[in-house]
Amino acid sequence: MSPSYQEILFRLKKYWADRGCLIEEPYDVEVGAGTMCPETFLRVLGPKPYRVAYVQPSRRPADGRYGENPNRLYKHQQLQVILKPSPEDIVEQYLGSIEAIGIDLRHHDLKLEEDNWESPTLGAWGIGWQVMLDGLEITQFTYFQQCGGVDLEVVPVELTYGLERLAAFLQGVESVYEIEWAPGVRYADVRLAEEVQFSVYNFELADVATLWKLFELYEAECRRLLEAYETYPNKKRFPVLGAYDLVLKCSHLFNLLDSRGAISVTERVAVIARVRKLAVATARAWLDQSALVEEAA
Amino acid sequence: MAKPFLLEIGTEEIPDWMIPPALEGLRDLFERFLREHQLAGEVVWVDGTPRRLVLRAEGLPLRQKDSVETVSGPPVAAGEQARDGFARKLGVEASALVRIETPKGEYYAYRRRVRGRSTIELLSEALPKLILDIPFPKTMYWTGKTGPRFIRPIRWLVALLGARVVPFELAGVRSGAYSSGHRRLGRKRIRVTIAGYEPELEKNYVLVSAARRKERIRQGVSALLEGRGLRLKTDEELLERLAWLTEYPTPILGDFDAGYLSLPEEVLVTVMRHHQKYFSVIDAEGRLAPHFVAVMNLDADAQGHIRAGNERVLRARFNDARFFWEFDQHKRLADRLADLAHVTFHQELGTYLDKAHRMAGLVAAFGGSEEARRAALLAKCDLTTGMVGEFPELQGIVGGLYARAQGEPEAVAQAIYEHYRPAGIDDAIPATPEGRLVALADKLDTLREAFRIGLVPTGSKDPFALRRAAQGVVRILVEGDLAFPLDELVAGDATLREFLLERARYYFRDVRGFAYDEVNAVLAAGVGTLPDVARRLEALRRVRSTDNFEAIAASFKRIKNILRQAGWAGAGEIEPARLEAAEEAALYARFLEIRELVEARRRERDYEPALEAIASLRPQVDSFFDHVLVNAPEPEVRANRLALLARLLEEFSSIADFSEIVTAKS
Repeated sequence: MSPSYQEILFRLKKYWADRGCLIEEPYDVEVGAGTMCPETFLRVLGPKPYRVAYVQPSRRPADGRYGENPNRLYKHQQLQVILKPSPEDIVEQYLGSIEAIGIDLRHHDLKLEEDNWESPTLGAWGIGWQVMLDGLEITQFTYFQQCGGVDLEVVPVELTYGLERLAAFLQGVESVYEIEWAPGVRYADVRLAEEVQFSVYNFELADVATLWKLFELYEAECRRLLEAYETYPNKKRFPVLGAYDLVLKCSHLFNLLDSRGAISVTERVAVIARVRKLAVATARAWLDQSALVEEAA
Repeated sequence: MAKPFLLEIGTEEIPDWMIPPALEGLRDLFERFLREHQLAGEVVWVDGTPRRLVLRAEGLPLRQKDSVETVSGPPVAAGEQARDGFARKLGVEASALVRIETPKGEYYAYRRRVRGRSTIELLSEALPKLILDIPFPKTMYWTGKTGPRFIRPIRWLVALLGARVVPFELAGVRSGAYSSGHRRLGRKRIRVTIAGYEPELEKNYVLVSAARRKERIRQGVSALLEGRGLRLKTDEELLERLAWLTEYPTPILGDFDAGYLSLPEEVLVTVMRHHQKYFSVIDAEGRLAPHFVAVMNLDADAQGHIRAGNERVLRARFNDARFFWEFDQHKRLADRLADLAHVTFHQELGTYLDKAHRMAGLVAAFGGSEEARRAALLAKCDLTTGMVGEFPELQGIVGGLYARAQGEPEAVAQAIYEHYRPAGIDDAIPATPEGRLVALADKLDTLREAFRIGLVPTGSKDPFALRRAAQGVVRILVEGDLAFPLDELVAGDATLREFLLERARYYFRDVRGFAYDEVNAVLAAGVGTLPDVARRLEALRRVRSTDNFEAIAASFKRIKNILRQAGWAGAGEIEPARLEAAEEAALYARFLEIRELVEARRRERDYEPALEAIASLRPQVDSFFDHVLVNAPEPEVRANRLALLARLLEEFSSIADFSEIVTAKS
């Protein structure tokens, strides 16, 4: 009897909780990947150890398929695990997590194949692998090297599990919509309408002019905040986290514009650079602020 | 007593393609270590898996040989007081000093015996740095920003000299005698000895030898396919990759629905090979069969889970491909041309629409047929298809397949299909004349445009793969026998001309095997067109082995020197009446005799008889040099002789400049 989708989540969360991870809930601003949540992007900066695991619904407007493709989703769920610093036996721990959801690795073929993760929008990159299970990519395994343009002092490991894929694999179904979410409830019952409606919005109805306007508003607000930080008298209480939310807004709007086909290849590079500039500046401010808080403590 | 040495660097999974060069790097570094410390011994084995780099050496001494170090003292001329002072400083008797002879005179010196250091100590000191010096294209840090960098984290180290552990520490890992087995089939901690290393690991499901892993895959495949009328589509490159991706490889046979065979074979094979690392399987007639071979990093698939899993993944991939194939047909290739205005070729060089028009223009200038021109215009249209978006490595091929499916003339479809060829040095040039022209136009356009804005490759930096494009141009021209003058092709760009010539030199020497000096000789005689260069080279190579050739080449060099020393400016006609000596008259007569033959053969591009005729001048040339003094006292006679030699050189250097040929005498 293969576990339900939610059962898989319970087991993975328990597994990582037992290994010292905080279990958090998803972040409430749209992100394209779990990496972008402050719990990853900001926490990996600086010297402080941290361990956290959370499920993050990740929106990639261009990947929407109106609910018609069995494997591609506008919004998919990632289990994001951050271990900072990365433990020596991290690969073994990871394999253990796969076994914890009922996959016997003496009877399944698991390979670590080179895949270095990079996010130009976040000024972040790392070295690692895509984890292939019987020919299916199930996890991105990354040793972060740089984030927000900053070389990381302590090297964290990031494990990003593609939950729908894992569940479809475990349950032996051909389409993610066939996944049993909970007894008697299918993935389609929970999410199909959302996939259809957002595909229509992202590809057909989203107003490009409005999206650009929003992008510029969020960008300007973010820049204003970051500039204000420089002269703010009590930096320890300054909303750097607020500035970061605005970076995420810009990033999501960029993805929306992209899926509307509103960004040419040439523009693309320039817009990515604009978002990266904000991300890098936020990372700097956050590091600066953390050092001040640390000093005071 | 000589000892064997074993080093195993245990790591997390190293990218497959980086392992063989890393092993060679390790071998070089270790050999250098032995040399630098004057230690006997040799590296007898380097090998590895994704999780270990292994080196074994034999014949290491327990310690370095003792050596003698000479400490120089004062000159003997400085006297005994200086000598005694020097001895005192060293704490030895003056009688222990010796006198040595130096270019500056005789000096006192002391020969000190230096005891050799123990090998184990030297290894302990050297190994941490030696390991970190192994070259990798990209490294990481994992213990922290200030920690060591390596390709992936190092997790264990085995270092044994004979039975003893060579102690050292690297990245927090202490060396020892414990290795580690296959992640799931082997034990985590395995005590190893040098002699028992490989068998012990094999018991723990690690085949350390890549050759043995390949053999295991091959044998496994044979067993799977035997008696089924099926064969593997040979793919050495994939076999190599899979051998370096696994520690204990076992192939399994999977199936897919025969209905997918209605998709083009190219698409199916690409999905299997590039995306899933599966071998394709063909039937007795060479047709793609609805099966694949996947290679696991395990001993068996007893329950069939792995086969079922891989089949499911492939099914999803094939479904995607089928979706794109059907969806893309909604818009014909020709109707996609306008869309190329939205696809950037290069930021400074405009869009693919611009490029398509330039390519069509070039093909027209080459005198290409209507089909070739249409193919040039449509060649890049597949960049806007979903299929190429999903499988970029199928650029061109998809366009060709779509063109065929949409009823374009076969010559157009085929030319689009093959216009990216040759993909590499082992790949053939396009098979059809139209394909060659389109491929040539594509590559030449990229080169011209890139050079125009100064994107010239330097060193190892060649982001636009311009070297490969240039190599393709050279090969299409030569192997396709396209006699377009090089100067016209480069349209006056001297840098591009030199760049193409550099690739031509490489091609003729390293691919076609012509000697260095042959290539120089032919190119020095003028380039013209590259197929003509090839023809001249072939003739030169054949004539070179004949008796007269070396001698005549040496004589031509001599002539060139004489003319240079005489400051010959090229003025003056030969006056036959002034040819005084019998030998010079004979040479002139022979020259006149063969000149026409040479010229006629040369015009026909029939270079071998022309070169043979030139070589046949040898007796006359030899006897000229034996008996005639070029530097005759009378200026007119001298000028006439120089004029004769100059004519010889000039007339007979248009196929190859013989003076570039390296002869035994030169």
